[in-house]
Amino acid sequence: MSVSKDQLIDFIYEEVRMLDEGRYDEWLALWLKDGHYWMPLDYNQTDPLNVTSLMYEDLFMLKLRVERLNGARTFSQKPKSRCHHVIQRPFVDEIDEAAGTFVTKTFMHYVETRLDEQFLLALTARHELALVDGKLRIANKRVDILNCDAAFRNIQLLP
Amino acid sequence: MARYSDNPAAIRDLFRGNEVHRDVYIDPEIYKLEMKHLFANAWVFVGHESQTPNKGDYFSTQVGDQPVIQVRHSDGEVHVLHNRCPHKGTKIVIDRAGNTGKFFRCPYHAWSFKTDGCLLAIPLKKGYENTGFDKSDSGKGMKAVGEVRNYRGFIFCRLAETGISFEEYFDGSLSSIDNMVDRSPAGRLEVAGPPLRYMHHCNWKMLVENQTDTCHPMVAHESSAGTAVKLWEELDMPEGTPLPPAMEIIAPFMSPYEFFENMGIRTWPNGHGHTGVHHSIHSNYSAIPGYMEKMVEAYGEEKAKAILGENRHNTVYFPNIMIKGPIQQLRVFIPLAADKTLVESYIYRLVDGPEQLTARTAMYNRMINAPTSIVGHDDLEMYERAQEGLQSDGMEWVNIQRLYQEDEDFSEEKVENGTTERQMRNQFDAWVKFMISDMDDVREAAE
Repeated sequence: MSVSKDQLIDFIYEEVRMLDEGRYDEWLALWLKDGHYWMPLDYNQTDPLNVTSLMYEDLFMLKLRVERLNGARTFSQKPKSRCHHVIQRPFVDEIDEAAGTFVTKTFMHYVETRLDEQFLLALTARHELALVDGKLRIANKRVDILNCDAAFRNIQLLP
Repeated sequence: MARYSDNPAAIRDLFRGNEVHRDVYIDPEIYKLEMKHLFANAWVFVGHESQTPNKGDYFSTQVGDQPVIQVRHSDGEVHVLHNRCPHKGTKIVIDRAGNTGKFFRCPYHAWSFKTDGCLLAIPLKKGYENTGFDKSDSGKGMKAVGEVRNYRGFIFCRLAETGISFEEYFDGSLSSIDNMVDRSPAGRLEVAGPPLRYMHHCNWKMLVENQTDTCHPMVAHESSAGTAVKLWEELDMPEGTPLPPAMEIIAPFMSPYEFFENMGIRTWPNGHGHTGVHHSIHSNYSAIPGYMEKMVEAYGEEKAKAILGENRHNTVYFPNIMIKGPIQQLRVFIPLAADKTLVESYIYRLVDGPEQLTARTAMYNRMINAPTSIVGHDDLEMYERAQEGLQSDGMEWVNIQRLYQEDEDFSEEKVENGTTERQMRNQFDAWVKFMISDMDDVREAAE
């Protein structure tokens, strides 16, 4: 089974829609079990492990993050945050039909709000996708924030 | 209306042993006086020497509200200079770090300075002949801070020209820095990457107090640490399965009150203190293969065991840093306004130590102290709710009474129950001392 460029692009649109609509169980199901969500702290950072990142989370940590959002005693989510992605048409940078692996790069604006505060982040998301049992899945995701070295306030949802 | 300026009695009245007045957190006048007195008279952290390893390397930061430059001079010493051209006030460097070569050059009129601040050259200098320029402060170059001390790689300064010595100020508390540095088989640390930078809309002292607040983790962090423990249990792993590193870090936050009571708190004079005298949330991290052997080789078995046997949790160096020795982390709480604090969280690698320890420290930093951290989110929520709640005129005093004893003497080192708020009281004792020590009538009385 082959994957068209449009299917890859649609996948990225579907993923951010799940995040914006808070459909986290569906979102977690997109991930392969050894995947990592990486958000570097430094511009052009190459090492996720031995220097600080904003996030470098395996599926256990992502599940914890999602589970916490709905907890009864999650004080920083009373009231809850909301988020909104505006994305450019993703670039499909690599297609390996034989291996069933793909790389996309997507430029986006991310807005998150809670109470009277709202902030905007400019992002570049790099997805490593894999075709497993006929379905596209996320093998790894890297999200670079344009002003990654700025002092941030809480970023509570998933950019 | 100035109520506290040059009024040591009014400053003293803000701390009455077991309570502190809300003005210390919310009053802009108090914030300004803190910058003028406390942050000028205390020894304040600047940076680590490994941030400026080579001659001409500089790093710009703030000491209180004062913009400063940490720079490696041509003789190899680290200097701390006010980041201001002596001509018109232009900041000499604007980026966070870089190398300036043999001299600084102001981008406005090209006045140049050696890396110890001395004036090097001014274009068209004849314009200053016979003007008395040589005798002016501007003619001396960039102003240095009052005194600088490099303690095992950590650069501290006192802004004021005269005052308490480094040794008297820190005294026994330096044992925590010693233990952190001794964990390197080479006895040296190096900064690992840039710090997390996290903006809080609350007073800086709330963050400092929280470092030894051992009654909040199991409450405020139930949503993160408690959920982590629950998710791990649901995985139903076979008994004896080792905890993954993330669980080793987060699960101890849910330890019961008895754990924190028994871990102990030690206070030192001048506002310093630490949690985790007997054990801490860092005690049960799994051993890294080969590390102990390297330490024994470097220090001998007895000393190596003593170094690694310490598991101090958070050591507060008054006024505004905290270090975690067992994981080589340092957090600096930079006061920007009465209700605005920038937190920068640094990690260090152990020179000649295993890389897995750096990875654990980096994981701790991003899991617990990042703006994206599910633990940090709830801390920030508590501080900012307090900052807003303190506007209430219903009550004006903040309670710091847990395990309070009458006539507490903070001039002596003491170890107590790990849930005492004595360290918070210790900080306010030092706060009063360094706020008023150079106010006019206190100074005159001392002379």
